[in-house]
Amino acid sequence: MSGARLRAGFLPLVDAAPLIVAAELGYATEEGIALDLRKAPSWSMVRDWLTMGEVEAAHLLAPVPVAAALGLGGRTASLAAVMVMSVNGTVIGVSRPLAEKLRRTGHEFDFSDAAAAGRALIGSADGALRIGVPFPFSMQAELVGHWLGALDPATPGHAVIQTVPPPLMAEALAAGEIDAFCVGEPWGSIAVEKGAGELLLPGAAIWAFAPEKVLAVREEWSAAAPQLQDGLIRAVWRAGRWLSDRKNHTAASEILARERYLDTAPEIIDRALGGRFVISARGEARHFPGFVEFHEGGANFPWRSQAAWIGRGLAARAGLPERRAMAAARGVFRSDLYRRAMAGTGAALPTASAKVEGAVTADLAVASESGRLILRPDRFFDGSIFDPGPLD
Amino acid sequence: MTKRLKIVVVEKDPERARMIVDGLLELGDHSIHVIAEETALARKVAERSPDIVLIDLANPSRDMLEELALATSPLERPVAMFVDRSDHQLTRAAIEAGVSAYVVGGLQRERLRPVLDAAVARFHMFRRMRAELAATKRALEERKTIDRAKGILMKARGIDEAAAYTLLRKAAMDQGRKLSEVAAAIVTASELLS
Repeated sequence: MSGARLRAGFLPLVDAAPLIVAAELGYATEEGIALDLRKAPSWSMVRDWLTMGEVEAAHLLAPVPVAAALGLGGRTASLAAVMVMSVNGTVIGVSRPLAEKLRRTGHEFDFSDAAAAGRALIGSADGALRIGVPFPFSMQAELVGHWLGALDPATPGHAVIQTVPPPLMAEALAAGEIDAFCVGEPWGSIAVEKGAGELLLPGAAIWAFAPEKVLAVREEWSAAAPQLQDGLIRAVWRAGRWLSDRKNHTAASEILARERYLDTAPEIIDRALGGRFVISARGEARHFPGFVEFHEGGANFPWRSQAAWIGRGLAARAGLPERRAMAAARGVFRSDLYRRAMAGTGAALPTASAKVEGAVTADLAVASESGRLILRPDRFFDGSIFDPGPLD
Repeated sequence: MTKRLKIVVVEKDPERARMIVDGLLELGDHSIHVIAEETALARKVAERSPDIVLIDLANPSRDMLEELALATSPLERPVAMFVDRSDHQLTRAAIEAGVSAYVVGGLQRERLRPVLDAAVARFHMFRRMRAELAATKRALEERKTIDRAKGILMKARGIDEAAAYTLLRKAAMDQGRKLSEVAAAIVTASELLS
């Protein structure tokens, strides 16, 4: 490795792939960056490393920097999301007893219909449904909240969303501490492998184009090292493009499987990359193309409207004023910095920085300042539309 | 006289937990409770309503404590945060030592500081002890392997111990490998061949 040293924190998840590939396949070196990756045991650790300056950049749950901007979760430094690293990539699973119950009611585990699965879930709960998510500020928490909230307005009383670290998810399910979970891969598939649960839905069935992880930096560092930051964005973008090519999935799985990264079997990682899942211990297979997206459809563009959607959800639960929270949130997704880094690379850049979320029902070409941008469907399962209002 | 502090230590390893508790007790008559079981951690911590929670930074269960930061109801008292971010030096020392402190409510820094300092010191001490133990164990293992390799060579080539050792050392130097690695290779090969 040569070039300017840049430390980046990540959690062992399939969607840390762009950072790992950028380091392993030389995309970072091409930008003059010696990328020093550090595996963290928890999201609070990554966030603290970033705010304390122990790392310059981090693979972070999209809602974490938004929560920081809203002052949730303690005082921290100002964080900026300079690109979206991955879209979708989470799964919802249920315990085996609950799966049995759902099957008895006639649910077919089609791994695609969020409305049917959600209604079956709500209908089969005896008391409050306990659902594990990896972090209080996570897309998993937001997606589950939106999903059950849309189907059952009394959800807050009927479901308890609690934090369970991903490596402990299968254990918590087997021990009966939770009835269901929403978690990033490979942890859902690992729960299936351990015989603790069955997969019910991909997160994308709730929102078809949900920003999942972002590349986050400290605002202070961002202003002090603009060239390094721009280089990192381009390196991660190129890694995402490489990852989106199907013929690279086997190689990517092998790299991610290494002990210093995910430290798990490459076959399990390959399931998420190819969208081919084994949903139960009986070996039932389901295919969900585009399960996780690292590149296509302008996946890396940090839409201010995505941040506003997250801000609205966080504000609702924390009891903060909605409008102010949305305004603070959209300032966190730095589409301006992403544009600066990607200018002149040929990457597709939209003319707008915000869109109406949930309105794209089929591939849609949109006005671009460069390249040719085709947005992918971004429907919410309940057909809801999120209009962030005038922004730019 | 200042009031007793309620301190919760989240630690699975009983030996390490004991060291930390001993270190904290030297500070004064605080009420210290160790939680070794990580299931439903947030609830168990909240039940104790501590002033300070200490947890290993490497513990993934730390994320469960973040839920405490969200508790907004006054009944659920804790407003937790990761040490006191305003004291950069203290935070850095804690991060380096691998300890994380969640401070509940408005505990003043003067009261937190000695507790955290003691915890940091104990974490350092424990890590040193572990490293020393591991090094001693490794040295012992290596010596045993070298002894076995020497024995194999002596028997196979009909040489004495000094000659066998010289042979091993020469092979290691020629190949640019550690003596213990060459010895391990001989032991493995001999096991496979016999």
